[in-house]
Amino acid sequence: MITITDCTLRDGNHAVRHQLSKEQIRLYAEQADAAGIDVIEVGHGNGLGGSSALLGLSNIDDREMLETARSAIQHGRLGIHFIPGLGKSTDLEMAIEVGVDIFRIASHCTEANITAPYIESVKNQGKTVYGVLMMSHMAEPDLLAEQASLMASYGADAVILMDSAGYLTPDDVRWRIQAIQELTDTKLGFHAHNNLGMAVANSLAAVEEGAQLLDACIKGFGAGAGNTQLETLIAVLNRLGYRTQCSFESIARLARTSEQYLDCLTPHIGAANIASGIYGLFSGFAPHIRRAAEQFSVDEYQLYQLLGQRKLVAGQEDIIVETAARLSTAS
Amino acid sequence: MESVIPRKRAAIIGSGSIGIDLMYKAMRSHHLDLRMVIGRSSNSEGLARARELGIATSSDGIEFLAQHATELDIVFDATSAQSHRMNDQVFRRANLLAIDMTPAKLGAICVPSINLDSIASERNVNLVTCGGQASIPLAYAIAQSFESLEYIEVASTIASDSAGLATRENINQYILTTEQALRHFSGAGLTKAVLNINPAKPGIDMQTTVFAKGRYECIEKVRATVRQMVARVQQYVPGYQMVLEPIESKGHLAMSVTVRGSGDYLPAYAGNLDIINCAAIAVAEFHSACWERSAA
Repeated sequence: MITITDCTLRDGNHAVRHQLSKEQIRLYAEQADAAGIDVIEVGHGNGLGGSSALLGLSNIDDREMLETARSAIQHGRLGIHFIPGLGKSTDLEMAIEVGVDIFRIASHCTEANITAPYIESVKNQGKTVYGVLMMSHMAEPDLLAEQASLMASYGADAVILMDSAGYLTPDDVRWRIQAIQELTDTKLGFHAHNNLGMAVANSLAAVEEGAQLLDACIKGFGAGAGNTQLETLIAVLNRLGYRTQCSFESIARLARTSEQYLDCLTPHIGAANIASGIYGLFSGFAPHIRRAAEQFSVDEYQLYQLLGQRKLVAGQEDIIVETAARLSTAS
Repeated sequence: MESVIPRKRAAIIGSGSIGIDLMYKAMRSHHLDLRMVIGRSSNSEGLARARELGIATSSDGIEFLAQHATELDIVFDATSAQSHRMNDQVFRRANLLAIDMTPAKLGAICVPSINLDSIASERNVNLVTCGGQASIPLAYAIAQSFESLEYIEVASTIASDSAGLATRENINQYILTTEQALRHFSGAGLTKAVLNINPAKPGIDMQTTVFAKGRYECIEKVRATVRQMVARVQQYVPGYQMVLEPIESKGHLAMSVTVRGSGDYLPAYAGNLDIINCAAIAVAEFHSACWERSAA
């Protein structure tokens, strides 16, 4: 059985500059729950505490988002994304109070030890905790494997690899998962972005190597070119004989009904998203880069290239403006 | 030329990145006589470096310092916030000037470009955090040049290699201490601090961006005040540099600085070590000068 985490109400917030409304959260959480989704993840695109000048202010605060989803979910579990350094312990305490079930504690791919105190403390309170390694293309398989086993040693119930830039190809995914399995027997999951059109193929490669958890969003509604498209993923998994709690029929219904209130465009890989994938830049940078290119009248693709050279990771949105300003004075 | 003022006897406790970078800076100071570097692990790379330079070392931690307290005037505590709370009792009993590099914030908080003069009689001086030392001068300059200030947000990115274990074990304390010090110095009702650790190899330069929300009359006036402040910081942190002058961005005023380190211990990208360590040296030298005056 593959566990599906639907990140529409968290990663999808990137697609609408963190403006998901209370009503959208209530409706989608209710319908995704009815469709048999295992875990529904909710929040600012960058997780708890993400609402900021740096990343974009949320439409409604973290607590209201979580409370809204909590009362809409009957069968499945409610999840959150949390990055130490962005969110604080008090944010996690709030999430526990509201009744969140799954705590996904994330760091960039080589920084697992910053998650230790958070994983331990949430775990001690009897919650399910997944460790998340973001920007996992930036670490070679062996290094990534060490980091994943650190998270498992802190008590994480599973480790999720995120291809935050949508950079990986299926072989890259296989090598990473194989290397991790040589070091630890922790449960593994995969979270794809579709910048290079690889999201479903990468997710499938992960499952074929033994991953038991996959992330997806309705119509791919997420940062950059979007995440793995939930409808496609379920269709492919089921055809190949992997069992999921939700069925293609229930997800097809969810895709139709959610059209009425989620303004997600038909999945489309824009040239900007491809640039983000090729240069290994976080998918969620796309609107920030577009805006900075316009503000400083510089070439968007040249900006992608320069930012790629500076090896930015999510959370460094400030450098986009600084680099655009520098580029505009240089030209 | 050598100073004629007798040097103050100093020790560094904590042999991680901060402590060892600080060791090189303390050795260069004409006001300080670095007597010892103390750690907790006998195979510490930092202690080995200190021994190579001929400095006395011990891996017996605070107990060693307690035994030798009478040989010291100043101690730099580069351990962790948790350890500092215990170490401080030893420092107090021996009446040492404690310069606290951890985010424990037991003592008076100091950002040398703003309030060096006010700490002359303090016995425990806290240096906030590296992100705090980089951003608070800007936040203070903004507060001076705004008519009203509602909100200050600070995002700092440091290279993976430059984030020591103590920082990693307690990022929460880093954030709380930075946010509180930002409120203290800027008067903004609401503050937010963000710390990113970037995995890229080779490391990326430390960079800090300040976002401010409030009312101001003239952006050029704000820029002039900020520039003056940057020059003040540069007097004790040579690698401090403005890379984005204050500009309007998404309803906030945004500005960025980078800090290039002097490359004493880690390469120059680790400006986060430099900014807090240069501040520590500035505090120690200021105190030395004060003692000298009061003795005269």
